[in-house]
Parts: sequence; structure tokens; C-alpha cells
Amino acid sequence: MKKTAGVLIISLLSACASQTTQPTDVEDRSMGADSSSYGADGNALGSDRSGFHPLNDPNSILSQRSVYYDFDSYTVKNEYRPLVIAHAQYLRDNPNAQVILQGNTDDRGSREYNLALGQRRADGVKNIMTLSGARTSQIESVSLGEEKPRADGSDESAWSENRRTDILYRGE
Amino acid sequence: MSTHTRIVFYGFWLFLWLLFCAPLQARLNIEIFGGGTERIPIAIVPFADEGGLPQRVTDVMSADLQRSGLFRLIDPAGQTPYAPAEVVYGDWADRGASALVIGRTILMPGGQVELQFRLLDVARQAQLTGFATIVPVAQLRAAAHRIADIIYEALTGEVGVFSTRIAYVLKQGNKYALQVADSDGYNAHSIIEYNEPIISPAWSPDGSKIAYVSFENKKPVVYVQTLATRERKAIANFAGSNSAPAWSPDGKKLAVVLSLHGGSQLYLINADGSGLQRLTRSSGIDTEPSFSPDGRHIIFTSDRGGSPQIYRIPAGATELTSAERLTFEGGYNVSPAFSHDGKGFAFIHRHNGRFNVAVQDLATRQVQILTNSQFDESPSFAPNDRMILYATETGGHGILSAISRDGQTRQHLSVQTGDIREPAWGPLLKQK
Repeated sequence: MKKTAGVLIISLLSACASQTTQPTDVEDRSMGADSSSYGADGNALGSDRSGFHPLNDPNSILSQRSVYYDFDSYTVKNEYRPLVIAHAQYLRDNPNAQVILQGNTDDRGSREYNLALGQRRADGVKNIMTLSGARTSQIESVSLGEEKPRADGSDESAWSENRRTDILYRGE
Repeated sequence: MSTHTRIVFYGFWLFLWLLFCAPLQARLNIEIFGGGTERIPIAIVPFADEGGLPQRVTDVMSADLQRSGLFRLIDPAGQTPYAPAEVVYGDWADRGASALVIGRTILMPGGQVELQFRLLDVARQAQLTGFATIVPVAQLRAAAHRIADIIYEALTGEVGVFSTRIAYVLKQGNKYALQVADSDGYNAHSIIEYNEPIISPAWSPDGSKIAYVSFENKKPVVYVQTLATRERKAIANFAGSNSAPAWSPDGKKLAVVLSLHGGSQLYLINADGSGLQRLTRSSGIDTEPSFSPDGRHIIFTSDRGGSPQIYRIPAGATELTSAERLTFEGGYNVSPAFSHDGKGFAFIHRHNGRFNVAVQDLATRQVQILTNSQFDESPSFAPNDRMILYATETGGHGILSAISRDGQTRQHLSVQTGDIREPAWGPLLKQK
């Protein structure tokens, strides 16, 4: 029991390390070998060799579920495109998998405009996903606007954390 | 106006009304700042025998008039005339009063009260207006608001709005309540409460219903609720999100925003949820519709030009109609609300990282920024266009504020625990 926990913590730490120090490496893997290996066994509920479900494997880009934005922008920045494409390819290779994309905004400005902006953010992610092989029927895009902030506070760190599209898999 | 006295006076007044707001135990406070340069000096003599009533009528009237920023209250200094024959006009002229209010209350059997009131012109030594009415004790506040409206109208020539109500959303912890209160914050009560967000309340033109957006089903759905019966109906519950309801002036239709066919676009729907009709087709966001008072136009927020700006279309628009852009200053202009005289609109303008209430005149296109706070939202005009009610923030706390259209007078309305936001000033109610 203790051993398993130790392995888990080490895996998480190594995941952090690889994210912070080798972002390009993460991107490369997502575009190539990783996604095709899920496709090969075609089992959305199975586990890979490390014992994690591929969606939750901290070493996999698929464990990253959030896309972040600039103020009043719904452009998916280049640094998040590999993440979105990796999920699109997972959806392509696992036709039974479904996602909900939840668009969020910071709490400045109009609530209604932010509701629409959150929708635009989620729709933008959906668009990249369908262009990358996911089916429209696998994706529902919704907006929470500024109504469900993850971070409280009135400063840039809270605001930037809240300008976000979350990728949630059904059944998780 | 002959009763006006020209006094330049910038001051600070603090009034505290404590309110018991039953379901969420919130207390509403009102503070008033500033004041117009021209204020009418008025003396209000406590009405005869009102001390024996559960509610002193002149307290409510005085607070109303003072809150408007257009009046300066003169202390009666112990003088207590109740009838015109008892008034020594010279004394009131000496105190600087140009108007004087006197009256009586008579408690009658069965919990009824007879109210007699007179508004006197001190210079002309004559009665301007007056009336007598009988009301149940429970409606003394309402009667006092009505008297304040009569005084306001007689002395300013404008319609008084003290008898109107406001709606807003109160958030306490994870609880959201849509509340309705008198314009002075009293008599607040929840019309719905949920653990999911409620936004965008909109009064029907006759004040009998409120449309709003509730997230109770995990996504935004537009409801219309009748205040008297509490009966409610989802009038826009299509696939995707449904939001931003705005009533047409005849109360028969609402403009709403749907993501049904992709994006966020404007639609028109009958008040019973039938007859959906698309109004705009843009590649961007179209939201926050507001009807012109004559019902002929709709102004709304759109980012079709690259940044959110305010546009105008005919209310009978089709997807092919091109929209006219109205705002050009700055890169973020949102939340338009038409004034009731149809001459302009209030909106939120972003400038140097601040989000402020601004007004734009339709004919001249002139923009005036009224506030200098950090985060203002959701402006709506009082029915006489004199004040604009909006949501703002102090100390990380959501409060309501109202600013005069000329930016001179401002008042705050807050709760001690919780955030108050999404205000909407209700319409004038038809009275007898």
C-alpha cells in the first residue's frame, strides 16, 4: 500500500518535471507515438503499462484538461494546440468516448457577454477537435461564463486561471 | 423653477436603513454621496399623531426625497403646524425653506389609517397640492412613497419613482436568490432561490413578471415568472445556452440570446415561449439586447467588428439586415440599456483597465463616462431616467449603486453578508 503511494508520488513529480522543463518533448509525444498507441488497442477504459488510464496518466498530455486564454480572447494559443489535438485524436480513436467542453471567463465586464465569450472559447476548442478527427456527436460545448470561477480574487493570477476551457470526459 | 435655490454644496450623507430580509437574513444598507448643485430646500413637519403608528410616514418621505439628490431637508426646529391655518409662513421663509409639507394621521378602527397631507409654497403662501387617503397600517410605507412621488413631481416637474421596485440577485455562499425590493431597499423578498447561478433579471413592462436566466439545470435557461402567483415557465430552453432576455415594450415578446444554431445570436420569442424567430446572423458574439421604448429598434453587444461594441438593428430585423455600429470610443463597450425617453443608452465602457458606467446620446453620439470605480456592471435606468442603477464592487464585495444621469449624485445599496449584483429597476406602476 505504502509502496503504491510512493510510486504515485514519484510519477506525479516526474510529470511535473517533464512539463516544466521539456514542453516541446510533451508536444512531440502527443502528436506522434502516444496517441497512436491508444488507437492500437482501441480500449478507452483500459490502462497502459504504467497502470494509469491513458486519460489520467500524469505522463500523458491527455491528463492536461485546461486551455487558457488572454483577456477578451477566444483564440487557442499555440502552446495549447497540441493538448487539444491530442484529445481530438483520442476521441477519434475511441468513438465511444465523449467530452463536455466548459468555457469560462474572468469576472470582469458583462456577465452576459462573458457567458457568450465562454461559449466562444468552448466552441473554438470544439472546432479544432473536429478538424482533428473527433466527431461532432462526441463533443458538447457549453459555457459557464464568469459564474463558476476556479480562483477567487481580483488580480491577474485569479483572472488568468479563470479564463479557461475545461475538457471533461463523460463518465469520469 | 422658482422654488429652486441655487446652492453649491458637495457633501456627504449617510443613511442607514435596517431591513429584515426574511429568507436569506440579509440586511440592506443605503448610503448617499454628493448631490446636485441645485437642491430644493424643503421642510417636512412630522405628521400629527404619526408617532403612534408602527411606521412614521414622514421618515419614509424625507428619506426618499433626500436620496433623490434634488432636495435639501430643512429642520422644522420643533415647529408643528398640522393645518394651513397654523402655518406662520415668515418663520419658514426665515429658515430658508421654499416648500413646506404638513399633515395628519388618524388611526381608525380595523387597522386603517387616514392620511392627510398638504404641500405648501412658502413664498406664495399657498397650497401647491394635497390629498387625503385611507390605507391599511401595513401599507403605510407604500402610502409614504406615493406622497413623496407627488411632492417630487409637484416641485421638479418630473415623475417620481419612489413607489417603484428593483430586482437583483443576492449571492450568499453558494446560494443565489433573485430578490425584489422597494426602491429604498425595504420589503426585500426572494422570488426564487437556488444553489446555481441566476443572472439577467428583466421586468415585464407592466411590472407583473420578471424574466431571468437560471443555471439550475446545469446550463442557462430563460424563465418568466409571474410575481403575484410565483408561477413560472421556461420560455427558452433550447439546445445550448439560453440567456439575456429583454422585453419588447408591449410585453408580448422577448429578445433572447441562443447558441442553438452556433455562436451566440439574437432571437425573438413570444412571451409564452412560442414563435421563435432569428434576428441576427453574425460570425461573432451577439448578446445583451435592449429594446428602444417605441419598440422599433434593438441595441445589443456584438464583437463582429473584432471587439465588443454596441450596435443597433430594427426590431423587425432578419438575418440579412445589417447592423449599425453605435460605439466607437475604446475597445470594450457592453451591456447597453435604452433610456426610457429613447434619446440615449447607458452601457459599460472599459478604459485604462476600469469598467465604468457611461451614457451615449443617440443624436449627438456624445459619450459621458459617469463613474470612476473599478468594476461596474449591468446598468439600468430609473423609469424617469434620472438615475442609473448598476452593480459595482467595494472591498471584494458586490454592491448596487445608483448614479444620477448627470453623474452628480451617487448612492450605494449593500448587504452586510453576501454579494448583490445584476440589478434591474422596475417600471412605473399604474395607480388608480
